[in-house]
Amino acid sequence: MFNTLKQIAAVTRFSFASLPQRLGSSASAMLGIAGVVAVMVGVLSIAQGIMSTMTSSAGMGNVMVLRSGADTEMTSGFGGEDARLITEAPGLKQGPDGPLASRELFVIINLPMRSTGTDANVPLRGVEAAAAEVRQDFEIVEGRMFEPGLAEVVVGLGAQMEFSGLDVGSTIKVGTAQWPVVGVFSAGGGISESEIWSDARVLQDGFRRGNSYQSVHATLDSPDRFNEFKDALTSDSRLNVQVMTEAEYYSEQSQVLYNLITVLGSLIAVIMGLGAIFGALNTMYTAVSARTREIATLRALGFRSGPVIVSVLAESLLLALVGGIIGAGLAWLAFDGFRAATLNFASFSAITFAFDVNLGLLTLGIVFALVIGFIGGFFPAVRAARTPVALALREQ
Amino acid sequence: MNENNTLVDVRGVDKVFKRGSEEIHVLGGLDLQIPDGEFLALMGPSGSGKSTLLNLVGGLDRPTQGSVTIGGQRIDDMSDRKLAGWRARHVGLVFQFYNLMPVLNARKNVELPLLLTKLSASERKKRAAIALEIVGLSHRLGHFPRQLSGGEQQRVGIARAIVTDPTLLLCDEPTGDLDRKAGDEILELLQALNRDQGKTIIMVTHDQLAANRASRTLHLDKGRLEREVTV
Amino acid sequence: MKYFSLIFASLKRKKLRTMLTLLSIMIAFLLFGYLAAIKTGFTAGVEVAGVDRLITRNKVSLINLVPLAHRDDILQIDGVDLVTHNTWFGGIYQQPSNFFAQFVVEPEQYLELYPEYVLSDEEKESWFSNRTGVVIGSGLAKRFDWSVGDRVPLLAPIWGQKDGSENWEFEIAAIYEGAEQGVDTSQMFIPYDYFDEARRGGEGMVGWYLVRVSDPDRAAQIAEDIDRAFANSRDETKTEPEGAFIQGFANQIGNIGFIITAIVSAVFFTILLVAGNTMAYTVRERTNELAVLKAIGFTNTGVLGLVLGESLVLTAMGGGLGLLIAWLMVSAGDPTGGSLPVFFIPATDLALGVFLIVALAFVVGIFPARSAQKLQISDALRR
Repeated sequence: MFNTLKQIAAVTRFSFASLPQRLGSSASAMLGIAGVVAVMVGVLSIAQGIMSTMTSSAGMGNVMVLRSGADTEMTSGFGGEDARLITEAPGLKQGPDGPLASRELFVIINLPMRSTGTDANVPLRGVEAAAAEVRQDFEIVEGRMFEPGLAEVVVGLGAQMEFSGLDVGSTIKVGTAQWPVVGVFSAGGGISESEIWSDARVLQDGFRRGNSYQSVHATLDSPDRFNEFKDALTSDSRLNVQVMTEAEYYSEQSQVLYNLITVLGSLIAVIMGLGAIFGALNTMYTAVSARTREIATLRALGFRSGPVIVSVLAESLLLALVGGIIGAGLAWLAFDGFRAATLNFASFSAITFAFDVNLGLLTLGIVFALVIGFIGGFFPAVRAARTPVALALREQ
Repeated sequence: MNENNTLVDVRGVDKVFKRGSEEIHVLGGLDLQIPDGEFLALMGPSGSGKSTLLNLVGGLDRPTQGSVTIGGQRIDDMSDRKLAGWRARHVGLVFQFYNLMPVLNARKNVELPLLLTKLSASERKKRAAIALEIVGLSHRLGHFPRQLSGGEQQRVGIARAIVTDPTLLLCDEPTGDLDRKAGDEILELLQALNRDQGKTIIMVTHDQLAANRASRTLHLDKGRLEREVTV
Repeated sequence: MKYFSLIFASLKRKKLRTMLTLLSIMIAFLLFGYLAAIKTGFTAGVEVAGVDRLITRNKVSLINLVPLAHRDDILQIDGVDLVTHNTWFGGIYQQPSNFFAQFVVEPEQYLELYPEYVLSDEEKESWFSNRTGVVIGSGLAKRFDWSVGDRVPLLAPIWGQKDGSENWEFEIAAIYEGAEQGVDTSQMFIPYDYFDEARRGGEGMVGWYLVRVSDPDRAAQIAEDIDRAFANSRDETKTEPEGAFIQGFANQIGNIGFIITAIVSAVFFTILLVAGNTMAYTVRERTNELAVLKAIGFTNTGVLGLVLGESLVLTAMGGGLGLLIAWLMVSAGDPTGGSLPVFFIPATDLALGVFLIVALAFVVGIFPARSAQKLQISDALRR
């Protein structure tokens, strides 16, 4: 056993010592793997980013009420009175001014994107005072919150970065009027940051909505009072609503987009991975053939096949590991936190997010690289070990 | 020597090689005339410049100084492109280690020089078959080099060298890698080509018995002609 | 031509290595072709957009409706040929993930405006005469396995019926084909009259207008004229060419074209590295062989050509195979099961693929070919 280890160490040391001669092919295989890993991690980080945005949107113990049958806030709608009844249901946390519930409107306005100058659909949400408390991470980072009753807006960080004309002090066109932007808010990286907020009553006027709302966002007193809250509303014959946790709602919303990107991203990664495997195999076969004489000499001297296989595999894995780390590192440097916006098919409006290169993805990338390195090294290793020594010694 | 019969005329040839900053003088002030139809052997210790001389006569290299004239044509000042064309037409090469293409079979190896001509595919095939017959390997047309013995491979090499009916046949240690018996067969073949077909052959060798087959032997040492032995 | 057998034979020298390099190249071009199809899925609408069609919508927001009354005013504008309207139905078939686009249209005018939705005269007649009949695209029909005569129930959260329910049911009157590749066949068209009668709310309002202009060169001008007609009214409009409107959506989805180009470039660079390195290594190994060829009489240029030729043959085989497989995979259909409206490899991208094959062969082969060209015979020849 100890002898085997010594052999492995000797052979491996020997092979690594000759690595500089094969620098060209080793470097190219390594960079090839780095490229594959970087692309894979980069593409999947888009899906992660969207998922992150969606999941950090859902506050703990938060619930949403929509009209039954509606699949999004946009297609939902109920009258002001019904909405008030919803806020009075049991189970909600109470604040100093009443239940922590916000009756809300959801509309879309057009604003030009900074990147292309063409119009995008930007969500404009009318909220009540409690909204800032319901979204636990809500914080004004510049300027101030809008005054209830006044026609002014605050914009989310994401929205401000993606769309033009949303700096504090400028105005945006809502309906036929110009409304000033008075502040910028952050919300823990959640989806609210893609939105523009204003007072619900004022927005109703601006969009000629009368006294109707589209959703109610609220915080439960404690998460286990969810069923109590839900049953009270669904059994009320005056109301026609569906109740769900915010987490449920947002995960459903992002499903289509997340699936789309993950399916495409994975498909690309698999195809590229195959390409990388072929490249790695090529490199390792070449590396092995360059060392045929050397390996045969070792074997002729008495080194066993096992250590030879291990040394070839070790070289391949090392190349792959370094390539994988470079690729993952590149992806992290280039993509992590990169802000972008895309169309949320469900709400038909923009969702801003940041590419998220998290630890899970980095690990996945490196594991992927190691798999490529293993396959790329295994077959050449076996061949190196099995070529008859006499034949190998003769080869030039 | 009858001046009009001179095929190869080497005059005042020097050859200097540069190895880094060092200069190595391999040939110095060499003069040599070879008549048409001669079988010449070049002998000498290693480093004497015999292979270098062969290369210069074959147009594989250029002298640092002096002239090389073959069949009335000066080849030392030809462009690379013209020299390649000249070699294709006028020179057949036989190497110590045969230098056959391992990926081609015997017939295709012999056809190789014919690819440079305008002959049709069927013509090439015919000529290759003839050449292989001359060297006695008609039954091995389709075999690959790895399937042939050393002697057989060298015969394919010779067939390749004569398939274009060249002016000169240059052989660099043609029996160097063969055993006595196979070597003798090759030398027999070369002699026959010289005797029956009038081929001018220049052969570099370190084997005296091989040199005995030639009509004239020149000894080189340190880049100069030392002795001449005529049979 | 005669050198082909020499090139092929040389490639067979190290069969495994040649095969692996070929497979790597195949993968690169497979990816290229497949991504071209994905890119088309996101951007095709822009290419087939009619140059003579404008979209007039509510200026305030896409989700606000426009009054029917606007129609006559738009017709008055000089250069306007035809005006019809669309309304987004937004119905759900069984569950939200089965999403497909449904538009409420004026059947006759709509088909005239969109000749790319192909229906035979009989099919048109059967639609026009069917009050609750809808027309669907062939792609949609394939997705849910629907045929003419099937009844499709939709839940419409936006449009309730006068009787209070949100359940609508339609009969499939006909199935349209796209006039060319790139036309979206995943849509459903619902007749306006039936819709208007049955809907609760939104009387006298529609989603947006589609305007055909007689002179496409004046499209931008006419768009301005239309918007000016409604400036300062209760319902101001925003008019733009159809292509610009669709491009706006593509931009919102994200600069897909750029992302895909970036991925493809990364892949090609990677493949280049490995293939180029393999070729260089192979040429180094064959130094002696190449010297012999030169000794026999092959010119420097000839040997350069041989190495480049090998590179081209290898790349062409790998690339051709890759594009072929991509084409086959794409023909098998949209991998996302319906999210992409169209899915095919445009001819221009195939042509680009062929160009890239040649370019790749050159870039990969040129350096090894040059060193082969410059090889000195006497240095390289083994004695």
